[in-house]
Amino acid sequence: MSEGEHEHDHDAHTPRSDDPPPSTDWEVLERALGELLVEEGVIEPGDVHRQMDWMDSRNAMLGAQIVATAWTDPAFKVRLLADARATLLEDMDLDIGTLAELEVYENTDTLHHVVVCTLCSCYPRNILGIPPAWYKSREYRSRVVHEPRAVLAEFGTELGEPVRIRVLDSTADLRYLIIPVRPTGTDGWSAAELARLVSRDSMIGTALARDPQDLKRNVA
Amino acid sequence: MADPNETELTRGVHDLGGLPAGPIDLEERPLTGFERRVDAMMMLMIGPDGAFTADALRRAIEEYNHHDYTHLKYYEKWVRALRVLLVEQGVLNEQQIDAKMADIRRRIAEGIEV
Amino acid sequence: MIEPRFTAGQRIRIAYRDASGHCRTPYYLRGKPGMIESLIGRFHDPEQLAYHRPGLPKHYLYRVRFEQSALWQDYGGPGDDQVSADIFEQWLEETDDAEQ
Repeated sequence: MSEGEHEHDHDAHTPRSDDPPPSTDWEVLERALGELLVEEGVIEPGDVHRQMDWMDSRNAMLGAQIVATAWTDPAFKVRLLADARATLLEDMDLDIGTLAELEVYENTDTLHHVVVCTLCSCYPRNILGIPPAWYKSREYRSRVVHEPRAVLAEFGTELGEPVRIRVLDSTADLRYLIIPVRPTGTDGWSAAELARLVSRDSMIGTALARDPQDLKRNVA
Repeated sequence: MADPNETELTRGVHDLGGLPAGPIDLEERPLTGFERRVDAMMMLMIGPDGAFTADALRRAIEEYNHHDYTHLKYYEKWVRALRVLLVEQGVLNEQQIDAKMADIRRRIAEGIEV
Repeated sequence: MIEPRFTAGQRIRIAYRDASGHCRTPYYLRGKPGMIESLIGRFHDPEQLAYHRPGLPKHYLYRVRFEQSALWQDYGGPGDDQVSADIFEQWLEETDDAEQ
């Protein structure tokens, strides 16, 4: 969707040119609530668009920067694991917001973390953005606590024999971000180069970081 | 392990951990405008200048019956909860929401942009 | 100031009872044995916040670790794979080591 220069002047209910008119009751309800909240002065025109834009700015690239910095700067990693909120604010001017705390867990050659919210869809949105549909799905939420290895296999992720899995169920106001194992063959890589190896799924724990060989061959 | 002689507990519609389920659909598509606007409105309503807590959002959804919880799409669940909670908190009332929806449907029928 | 009832390393059992209303202790953990990994801190009670109540006094929240072999009879992997969840103090009970 192109961002026109008048985007931020739009009311919450001004139509986007490429949106069809609402057809379901739910879509009509959404438009109704949007108009009423502005009319009642609960939100300002433009608040919804600003929030949408802000949410768009939270994505896997932000997380990948954090991971790559943790891989290349041991002192940063220590502080990140101890106090993610303060470290991200001080070092990266990144505010994780007021809704929840963030904890960062490191995967190792013997311990692999994978994150879920079995009760709803809690997710580190203020870093990674809106979660993927599969993370919110009945199937993922039901199965990953019970059969994490089978679930990881569906993602194409196999763990070696000595590795133990720890599933983190986000039941309270803590959100989890995973530092995947740094791939071998990356000695001397810059943080920017390393960030290209860090997928969103590797920060949830359903995937490993990308193989540097795959990058060279431009495999997606 | 829980004593098998103890009464079985009640599992909420949302409380899915350990239930049998099929393969995970890994397909991804961009969110629609509807989904993005519902998400944004909800984030504003549970934020510091908002009307209710994220806990209330979860509770509202947990109160859906099993059919609705299973069959409503994710953001359909959210927009319905938005309505429930805004009314619960007295920010909006049912009559004005119904009237506004009727007005929007009229505008669509008349070819006026909404 | 009310002190926390549990300490890191302590074996506990999740209470085996129904929730009355909103609850963040999952069904699959009820009645299960686990171990306190750490005390996370004091938080407003979500079971009250969910109904627009202030959720005071704050309750202690703990990170609790469970062995998969304790959670499922049919776990298909190493029994010392784990699940970790953040559980409020009112859902934790002391347990004798002999019960493990």
